[in-house]
Amino acid sequence: MGIELYRIDDRLIHGQVVVGWGQPLNARFLVLVDDIVASSDWEKELYRMAVPPEMDIYFADVATAIREHARYASDPRPGILITGDIDSMYRLVKGVKAIGSINLGGIHYRAGRTEKLRYIFLTPEEEKQLRDLESAGVEVTAQDVPSAHIVPLSDVLAGASR
Amino acid sequence: MSNDTGLPPNTARAIVIGHGDFAAGLVSAVDQICGMAGKLVGLSMLGLTPEDIETRIRGELSRTGAHVIFTDLPAGSATIAARRIVRNDPAVMLVSGVNLATLLDFVFNTEASPLDAARSAAARGKASLIVVERS
Repeated sequence: MGIELYRIDDRLIHGQVVVGWGQPLNARFLVLVDDIVASSDWEKELYRMAVPPEMDIYFADVATAIREHARYASDPRPGILITGDIDSMYRLVKGVKAIGSINLGGIHYRAGRTEKLRYIFLTPEEEKQLRDLESAGVEVTAQDVPSAHIVPLSDVLAGASR
Repeated sequence: MSNDTGLPPNTARAIVIGHGDFAAGLVSAVDQICGMAGKLVGLSMLGLTPEDIETRIRGELSRTGAHVIFTDLPAGSATIAARRIVRNDPAVMLVSGVNLATLLDFVFNTEASPLDAARSAAARGKASLIVVERS
C-alpha cells in the first residue's frame, strides 16, 4: 500500500482530498508536507481537526518528508501525500527519487499565474518545474476528483482542456 | 418586528458557505419555507484559494455585521478559513455541518443574540438527523 496519491493542492486538506479521494482509495493516513504548517502547532491542530477519526495525519517539512518517505511508502495502509505548492513537491521528488506520478489537484489564481484548467493556474517557473519532473520520468497529470477526466501535463500546459 | 440586536429584522445575521451551490440551495430552501432568506448570506467557494475564501468571509462579516458562519463540512476549505477568523475574534462563531433544520431554527430565533441563536440552532440541527428503518 503506502502512498497511493501524491497530490499538489493549495487548499491542503479539504473535501476533495478527505472525501473525494480518501473514500475510494480507502485512505487511512495523510501526509501533509508543508514547511509553514510543520513549524506551527496551531496550524497543525487546525488541519488535524479537519481529518476524520479513522485517518491518521502526519506533518512534515520537505526535508523531514524526504528522510521519512521510505516509512510512508512502506506503510501497510493506503495513504495520500499532499503539498500545497509545486515547489515543495518538486523538492520532495528530487530528494526522494522514488515518486513515479503526481496529481495536480488545485493550484488557483494568483498574480503572475496563467489559467491552464479551471482549477490549475501556473507561473512560467512552475511550468518549468513540472516539465523538468516529467523529463525525469515522473508522470504528471491533472485530475481534481476521481470521476474527472485525467489531463496529461502536455494538455494542461497547452490549456487544451479549458 | 423587533429583536434585541437592534438590527432591522431582515438584516443578515449569518454567512452560509460551502461546496458548489450548497449555500445558495440552503438559502433558497429557507426562503421557500419561511421567506426569511434575508437573514442569511450564501457564498460559494468555487474556484477560490484558501486566502480568497477567508477574505470573502471577512468582507461579508464586515459588510453585513453578521456574527455567525455556517459551513458544510468540517474538512472543507471554508471551515478551515472560518476557524482562522474565529481564532482572533470572540464575537464570531462557526457552526460546521449545517443543515436546513439548523438554518430554520436560526432565522426564527430573532430574540436571542446571534451566538445564542447559533448554539440553539446547532442543537436543533443535530436532533433533526434521524434514521428510519423498516421494523
